Amino acid sequence: MQKMKLVVIGNGMAGMRVVEELLKISPDLYDITVFGDEPYPNYNRIMLSPVLANEQTIDDIILNTREWYAENNITLHTNARVHKIDRVKRVAIAEDGTTAEYDRLLIATGSKPFMPPIPGKDLEGVLGYRDIKDTNDMIEAATKYKHAVVIGGGLLGLEAANGLKIQGMDVTVIHRNEWLLEKQLDKAAGIMLQKSLEAKGLKFHLKTNTDTIIGNDEGRVSAIRFKEGFEIPADLVVLTVGIRPNYALAESAGIHCDKGIVVNDTMQTFDPRVYAVGECVNHRGISYGLVAPLFEMAKVCATHLANFGIGSYKGSVTSTKLKVTGIDLFSAGDFTGGDDTEEIVLHDAVGGVYKKLVIRDDKIIGGVLYGDTADGAWYFQMLRDGKPIHEIRDHLMFGQDSLGNTGHQGQDKAAAMTDEMEVCGCNGVCKGTIVKAIQADGLFTLDDVKKKTKAGSSCGSCTGLVEQILASTLGGGYAPPSTAKSICACTDHSHEEVREQVRKHKYLTIPDAMKGMEWKTPNGCATCRPALNYYLISSWPHEATDDPQSRFINERVHANIQKDGTYSVIPRMYGGVTNPDQLRKIADVADKYQVPMVKLTGGQRIDLLGVKKEDLTNMWADLDMPSGYAYGKSIRTVKTCVGSEFCRFGTQNSTQLGIDIEKAFDHMWAPHKVKFAVSACPRNCAESGIKDVGIIGVDSGWEMYVGGNGGIKTEAGQFLCKVKTAEEVLEYSGAFIQIYREEARYLDRTVHWIERVGLEYVKQRVLEDAEGRKAAYERLLYALQGAVDPWAERVAKRDEHKEFETIEI
Amino acid sequence: MAWKEICPLTDIPKLGSRVVRTSTKEIGVFRTETDSVFAINNLCPHKKGPLSQGIVFGETVQCPLHNWRINLVSGKAEEPDEGETTCYPTKIENGIVFLEVE
Repeated sequence: MQKMKLVVIGNGMAGMRVVEELLKISPDLYDITVFGDEPYPNYNRIMLSPVLANEQTIDDIILNTREWYAENNITLHTNARVHKIDRVKRVAIAEDGTTAEYDRLLIATGSKPFMPPIPGKDLEGVLGYRDIKDTNDMIEAATKYKHAVVIGGGLLGLEAANGLKIQGMDVTVIHRNEWLLEKQLDKAAGIMLQKSLEAKGLKFHLKTNTDTIIGNDEGRVSAIRFKEGFEIPADLVVLTVGIRPNYALAESAGIHCDKGIVVNDTMQTFDPRVYAVGECVNHRGISYGLVAPLFEMAKVCATHLANFGIGSYKGSVTSTKLKVTGIDLFSAGDFTGGDDTEEIVLHDAVGGVYKKLVIRDDKIIGGVLYGDTADGAWYFQMLRDGKPIHEIRDHLMFGQDSLGNTGHQGQDKAAAMTDEMEVCGCNGVCKGTIVKAIQADGLFTLDDVKKKTKAGSSCGSCTGLVEQILASTLGGGYAPPSTAKSICACTDHSHEEVREQVRKHKYLTIPDAMKGMEWKTPNGCATCRPALNYYLISSWPHEATDDPQSRFINERVHANIQKDGTYSVIPRMYGGVTNPDQLRKIADVADKYQVPMVKLTGGQRIDLLGVKKEDLTNMWADLDMPSGYAYGKSIRTVKTCVGSEFCRFGTQNSTQLGIDIEKAFDHMWAPHKVKFAVSACPRNCAESGIKDVGIIGVDSGWEMYVGGNGGIKTEAGQFLCKVKTAEEVLEYSGAFIQIYREEARYLDRTVHWIERVGLEYVKQRVLEDAEGRKAAYERLLYALQGAVDPWAERVAKRDEHKEFETIEI
Repeated sequence: MAWKEICPLTDIPKLGSRVVRTSTKEIGVFRTETDSVFAINNLCPHKKGPLSQGIVFGETVQCPLHNWRINLVSGKAEEPDEGETTCYPTKIENGIVFLEVE
């Protein structure tokens, strides 16, 4: 079958991003032809400022090499400006005579610098700042001339000014407004920025308007005269007063334009065969000049070009950073506010730190950070997610660190780290490696960095730090992931969407679910399949098929794999209580199978380490004790203190309640591991404060805490409620865990889930809604009904479990 | 080199594997969803993890120890990791899986 023809006009970041996304999901659908009017393959335009500042070279910022185009069978015409589109014959025609027929056309012509109608703007030495040629012209001018004047103190203008200063020129910035970057900063931060830049040697004339650019006899610029009545010398003038969408071509082809190519939420123009993305479009009345929105558009556009027809672009909230080394500045959203907003401000003029957050209806709607931008990504994430802030409002200004981040205190300030400092402790990746990969390989997202460097790909505790490094390296190019991101590259659906579909369509097997939800890979991957398996069995207990091949090895063989491929065996000891008979059996088994190490676990039981897989079944048969589920995303232990039976301080029988809970919730699978603890008095010897559900006995009943965690990031549990009886503890904790099982994302611990939905939501569901609580508890008991011990099951049905046998040849 | 009979195809679960032990080594024998069978050395090039115990998808297995992804056809690790494990020829005749080893 003949392939369809896709022609892309514009070889920049937006157009090529669409092509990359398209190749990922539907590599064989189109013959692709690309026209670009520059002589280069696709490069990272946002990195031109570092090139001008001598921090990078042109080669560093090339994103797709010519070899890449060839490998993907893409015809690339460089130096070829398309000047006509014949929509009747469906042909794009370039000035050099090259033509290309299309079935679908993608216009990504970007923007161009706005050249205001100032007399003298056409003189030699007057430039815009848009592409590699402009950058090279500036670098060359710096070798011959002295006086540079930048007109327009916006982001681009200041980056140009900084670069020209580094190139050795004497630079003056002319700006019409009262302060710099008025679109990104309020006055206080603008003044601080100006002071820092003046310290670097830049000069400024604010509230100043250009009257005429004056030329010399050779037709080159020599000076500028201002309306305010004075003149300054100028050998190079860079005009950075704004950009305008470049839509002339589209308009000449009769495509509807209004200050940009008008597109709908699928990035389609008024001609259904023609799509447009990037800075040239007008989407819902807005044209974007930053790279993050372009990537969001590209993703949507690619799915439609691939005939998937999913996804729509609803507009972007953007954030900006200034890429001038040594100056930290971040702004996002509406930082000016109005009558219905509140502001929180921290201003240390001497220390050079200014932070302002604008809040409306308990949510961050905008902010400016100057001097200390480490928390920019964090604030921006809350802004995008519309997260209520009242619970953390007291600490908000002091950043994410102030929210009890033991173990990482003071280390997660990406900007303050040297290149040699380790970011990812699991894979031994240091900051320099990540920064280099971001620059050299053109990485833009957390996933890109994980894939390329492995940083953040194991335990995940450093992902915040990696995001900070991305944000500080890329500036405005960084798009923090929306929290509703897809599970993995195998699907565009988020965890929430998958769950909803599983419920709605009653999928009972993984193949049915993948087919119904249009999975992009034939059988998913090791990330999405375990998640999907969990969503099936938790949504449809007793009905869905539990697929062993979609479970991690530990849950498949009910033992915990060790570094040498042996396993650990941890039998259940309900409530951490054992007896001489059990201990004798464990000792005998350890002798018989020559277990190399016998160790006490943190959860009050005994671990037999170094067991061979083929010995597991025999060992379980000899032990005749139930599985402790010490290997699963499941209920682990209920840790207890001695309690009122023996302890002279104990007010309640914590041991018995622990045993009752562990028995009631035995065999329970969950999004992640679930740990309980029961203490008998506020001395809290069972460490109830750092468990998913922590219970503390007091004279008048039991206090319940939820969302505690002693792992990667220590989190103290939050007080949920106080109840009188042990029966109530079971019902309340069961309901809490069941709602977590039904609503959290796979691999969320309770703390992560509560962080997202808020403790108040949990209280509403578990405390206020008594009917709902009882129903949730019933659903948990129903799901656990008839569950059998997996070890006993495998001992009884050895023939059906051949995976434990090795084939000898 | 000689063809050795291993087991009926149905004794290997789809998207699963069995471990075959010779006098000198362990080999993981994998079955894909489409009933192709691949055999590779049961040692991850990274830290010798038992690849046979990993999750299988498409023609890839993910090592259970540190999540390296190994291609079952080539034995090579997926980027950014670098490494390779030995592959062995397999065939299926009348529903029986054979493996070619020395």
